[in-house]
Amino acid sequence: MVLSNTAWMSGPPSAASTAIQCTGVSVVFGSGRTEQRVLDRLNLIVPRGEIYSLLGPSGCGKSTLLRVMAGLIEPTSGTVMIDDAPVRAARDLTAFVFQESALLPWRSVWQNVRLPYEIRKGPTSGELKDRMETVLDLVGFKKTDWHKKPSQLSGGMKMRASIARALITNPRILLMDEPFAALDDMLRSKLNDLLLRIVAEAGCTMMFVTHNIAEAIYLSHSIAILSGGRIADTIRVGLPSSREAAIRSTPEFATQYGRVQEVLMGSEV
Amino acid sequence: MKNAPLWLRILAPISVFAVVAGIWHVAVTAFDIPPVILPKPGAVLQAMWTARWKLLTGSSITLRAAGAGLLASTLVGCMIAILFSQSSLLRIALYPYVIFLQTVPIVAIAPLLIVWSGFEFRTVVLVSCIISIFPIISNVTSGLLSIDPNHVDLFRMQGASRWKTLTKLRIPSAIPHLVLGLRISCGLSVIGAIVGELFVSSSSADYDGLGTIMNAMQAQLRTAELMGAVIACTLLGIVLFLIVQLIDFVLLRRWTRVAGFENA
Repeated sequence: MVLSNTAWMSGPPSAASTAIQCTGVSVVFGSGRTEQRVLDRLNLIVPRGEIYSLLGPSGCGKSTLLRVMAGLIEPTSGTVMIDDAPVRAARDLTAFVFQESALLPWRSVWQNVRLPYEIRKGPTSGELKDRMETVLDLVGFKKTDWHKKPSQLSGGMKMRASIARALITNPRILLMDEPFAALDDMLRSKLNDLLLRIVAEAGCTMMFVTHNIAEAIYLSHSIAILSGGRIADTIRVGLPSSREAAIRSTPEFATQYGRVQEVLMGSEV
Repeated sequence: MKNAPLWLRILAPISVFAVVAGIWHVAVTAFDIPPVILPKPGAVLQAMWTARWKLLTGSSITLRAAGAGLLASTLVGCMIAILFSQSSLLRIALYPYVIFLQTVPIVAIAPLLIVWSGFEFRTVVLVSCIISIFPIISNVTSGLLSIDPNHVDLFRMQGASRWKTLTKLRIPSAIPHLVLGLRISCGLSVIGAIVGELFVSSSSADYDGLGTIMNAMQAQLRTAELMGAVIACTLLGIVLFLIVQLIDFVLLRRWTRVAGFENA
C-alpha cells in the first residue's frame, strides 16, 4: 500500500497551498463565573493534501477545534480559513466523521450514505448512483449489506458507512473526531489502513483527532499537540510515506513514539 | 418471560379471571349478598348474553367515538408538538395550557361542552380527544426535541433547512415517542368516550353507546347488566390497545426494533 500523496516531503508548503488556516482562534464557553476558555489564540496551518493529527489529553479542546473548522462552532475571536475562504462559505468543501458513527437508525446503509444529497443539491440520480456504488465499494461494503439497518451492523461496519457518507460529497477536507475510539485494536489498525488508502485515492486533506499516540504516528504527516487551548508543539513524522502495519514494530516508530510522548507529558500541567 | 409461548400468554390471564370469579361466586353465596349490590358472576354473564345485541351496538358506537377521539388527538397533538418544536417562545407561552388540558376535571367541563356542541356524537368525540391529547403532545414534543446532537451537527454541516431537519430528522426520531404516547392515550380515549356518553345520554334518547347503557342500568338498579356493560368497556379498551399494538409493529418495523430481532 503506497501513499501516493507526498506533499509533506517537498519542504514547507507555501501559503497558496494551505488547506486550513487558523489565526488567533479563541473559543469561550459561558460567561462570568462559569466562563471557560477552551481555545486560546490558537494558530495552526494545515497544508493541502496532508494528514494532520490533533493529539492531546481529553478535554483539551481537540473536538472543539475540529468543530470550529467544520463551521459548527463560531469562534469567539480569530479567523479560520478553509482553502482561503471563510469557513461558512467553505462548508461544501468539508466533511465530518463523528465519534460514534451517527448513522440515522431508521435508514439503511444506502439511505444513510445518500443523506447529504437529500439535504443539499446534488448530482443527477444516475451520477449519484454510480458515485454511491464507488464509495461503498471503496470503504469495503459488500453489495448484500447495502440495505441493512445500522442496528444490524458491527461497530466497524457502522464506521465504514459513516466514512462513506462523508466521502459521498467529494470533500476536499475530511475532519475526523476520534472515529475509531470505540473499536478494538485489530479493527482500528485495519481501518487506519483503509483510511490511508481512501485519502490517497481521494487526494484530500485530513484532520484527525485522536488520543492514541500510535494511531497518530501511523496515520499522519504531522502531529499537532494541543494543550491549554493552544498548540503546544507540532511534530513532523519522519517516517517513509509507504506505511504498512509492520512499520509499527520498527525502531523509527518507537523513536517517534518517544518524542511525541515526551512533548505530551511536558505539555501537561 | 420475554419469550413465553402464546398459549401461556392467553391461558395465564384467563386462569386469573377464573380464580377471581370463583372467589367472587363463593363470597356472594357465603355472605348472602343481595344481587342489587353484587350479582354472581354467572348472573353477569347471563345478563350480558341476554343483552348481547344491545351491548354489541353500544360497543361499536363507543368504539367509533373513542377511535375518532384518538385519531383527532393524534393529528391535533402531533401538529401542536411540531409547532412547539419549531419555536421555544410558542412552547413557553402555550405549554401551561396544555398542562391545563391534562389537569382539568373533564367531568366539570363536560356540561359546558354539551352546551357548546350539543347532545351529539361529536361531543363524545370531543371529550375523548381532550382527555387523550396530553400524552401525545407531551411525548411527541420531547421526541422532536431530544435528538442526537451529532445528528443535529450532521444536518447543520449540510446546511439543512428547518423543513429538511424537521422531515428527515426530527419526525423520524419522534416516531417511537409517538407510539409510547398512543399506548397511554388509547386507554384514555375509551375513558373519555364513556364519560362523554354519560353526559350526552342524560337527556338524549337516540344515542346508545356503552355509557348510555350504563346510565340507564344504574338508574334501574340492574346491577348485573351494569357490570356487563363495564366488562364490555374493558374489552373495548383491549381491542383499541391491540389496534395500537399493530400500529406500533408496522411503524417500528421501519425503525430499529425488528432489525434488532433479526440480529438476535
